[in-house]
Amino acid sequence: MKAEFLNSNQAVAEGAMAAGLGVYVGYPITPSSDMFEYLSDELPKKGGVVFQAEDEIASINALVGASLAGAKAMTATSGPGFSLMMEGIGFAAMVEAPLMIVDVMRAGPSTGIATQIGQGDIFQARWGSHGVYNLVAYAPASAQEAYDYAVRSFNAAYTVRTPVVLMTDAVLAHTRERVMLRDRSELEIVGRKKPNVPPDQYRPYRPDPDDLVPPMAIYGEGYHPIAESLSHDERGYYKTDDEIYRALVSRLVRKVTVNKRKLVSSRSYYADDAEILFVAIGSMSRNLLALVRDLRARGIKAGMFRPISLWPFDDESFVAAAARAKRIVTVELSQGQLYEIIKGILWDNRDKVANPTVYNLDMPLPTLPTPDEVLGEIESRGWKLW
Amino acid sequence: MVMLEQKSSHPLDAYMRTDRLPHIWCPGCGIGIALQQFLWAVKELHEEGKLDPNRIMFATGIGCTGRASGFVKFDSAHTPHGRAIPFAVGVKLANPSLIPVVFSGDGDIASIGGNHMMHAARRNFDMLVIMVNNMTYGLTGGQLAPTTPYSVYSTTTPSGNPEHPIDATKVVYSISPNFVARMSITHPNIIRETVKKALMMKGFRWIEVLSTCPEIFGRHINMKDPYELYSRLKKVVKFKKITSANDIKYDWDNEITCGVFTEKNDPSYMESYLSMYSLKEKLEALSP
Repeated sequence: MKAEFLNSNQAVAEGAMAAGLGVYVGYPITPSSDMFEYLSDELPKKGGVVFQAEDEIASINALVGASLAGAKAMTATSGPGFSLMMEGIGFAAMVEAPLMIVDVMRAGPSTGIATQIGQGDIFQARWGSHGVYNLVAYAPASAQEAYDYAVRSFNAAYTVRTPVVLMTDAVLAHTRERVMLRDRSELEIVGRKKPNVPPDQYRPYRPDPDDLVPPMAIYGEGYHPIAESLSHDERGYYKTDDEIYRALVSRLVRKVTVNKRKLVSSRSYYADDAEILFVAIGSMSRNLLALVRDLRARGIKAGMFRPISLWPFDDESFVAAAARAKRIVTVELSQGQLYEIIKGILWDNRDKVANPTVYNLDMPLPTLPTPDEVLGEIESRGWKLW
Repeated sequence: MVMLEQKSSHPLDAYMRTDRLPHIWCPGCGIGIALQQFLWAVKELHEEGKLDPNRIMFATGIGCTGRASGFVKFDSAHTPHGRAIPFAVGVKLANPSLIPVVFSGDGDIASIGGNHMMHAARRNFDMLVIMVNNMTYGLTGGQLAPTTPYSVYSTTTPSGNPEHPIDATKVVYSISPNFVARMSITHPNIIRETVKKALMMKGFRWIEVLSTCPEIFGRHINMKDPYELYSRLKKVVKFKKITSANDIKYDWDNEITCGVFTEKNDPSYMESYLSMYSLKEKLEALSP
């Protein structure tokens, strides 16, 4: 273990390398490019390969190829590049290629403001590609977490064979902090589940019954797997039958929910007796925690819930944190995406919570508001929260 | 009913997923000829001890030609439309001992995948690309392709094609990767010899194979008889030695120039990268 002073772009790079990163494919885009540059220096020293693609469409498709050829593969991008990757994310989900996409969120839509923070990609990460599939997404809130969750993202990717999106933001990306880099022996590293049958009996999309995840043969091993982007049966053969399609896409969704306990993560702050519960992610959650502490100093029973896994959402922990809350306030640099998620979870768990009112403090700003500015926004809306 | 004994009925069966036959291609389609010549090349190299078929990674995109990945018994991928080339790039980056082969159509490679085609050629990236050009979007019913000749009917240009086609081989030739050739299904044996040569080379190798689609393209230009369309293609195929890009013609009415246009041995992308960045183990594993 050793301490370094890194921003979260560098911390993600270090975490990915600790997890065994083999192939990085990138396309320059602010505010993610310095991760690309950092890895261009560091990854070849560790035996890995860095490649600059002609666009983000090429990046994501190259990652699928690299993953199926046996490498731990990742890219980093931001809004416009993330949008271009949606096609390939669906492909990765369909052929069950484990890989990591780091989305350093910036202000959008479109080119937006390249250098400034945004938090508007939460739904896009989950629902951005067409059709029925599932994936995993994490939102760290510090350089240390960026490091830890880079490792954990790769673990999740190999646990359920899906793409995993690690969602940081422009402020985190360039905030330098102390990061403890762990030795390989201190880390839990999950690799692919290898086939336990000979090639003539191997079916690339036959899942194990317990976790719904098929063992993964890679290219060059003599198993001749087919990565089939069309609807397919267990052999990877194109089928249009209702039942085969339904069984496939249902499994693509359910393998994440079946393994949810291994994937979810969150943190609650002052939640035990919280009557007003804030919800935020990433950089925003740090300023909000300062506000919660200010409110506590004034005797207001405020708390905060910070989801780290956005998909799947740690709804059990959220419901526990929200059990006594009368008011719940989502605070986001977007139109309110956490707000929509929270409302659904509260409805599903209406027998376990005290019928709280949910407020959407949507602050679509390209800069991170200070705790006082958040307070000012609450007051300007005339909400009587305490 | 008397059941006939099942036995291997074709010398290329070892390279096919025979349980998936019959294939989807129409009578008179040229894709099977192109694929068969590719498989013959693999078989001959295999038997000559020059190539291990387990090293081949066969990637296709979307379209009639793209379906080939489902029928061949290699490590394979049927990628999203246009993305077989970047997919193959990733495969090679991860495992330099694999030999990526991209086998796809003109719409897939020269239209939606056109940017990938150019940049893979520019990098002299280690892969063989076989573009089967039937001058139409066959699987979707005959819309305009980037390769469709000027003025002819397509379902999206019902009064004639106002565009001039792209000559993908001329574009790739101008970028100057290690190997550039145009072949035609009217001359199958030369396809085999060309594939054999290209498979054993390094860097970016490009083979366009002109093909016939009587069912869609032929029918739309009043040549739905496979023999008639085949003869029409054969009439304009002219094998030539060329000295500049301007010698390469893509003119459906007079001449579509065929032949091996570039053959050289420049360092490939992987060779350069792995050397410059001191990745010795990977460099030793690099094939061909």
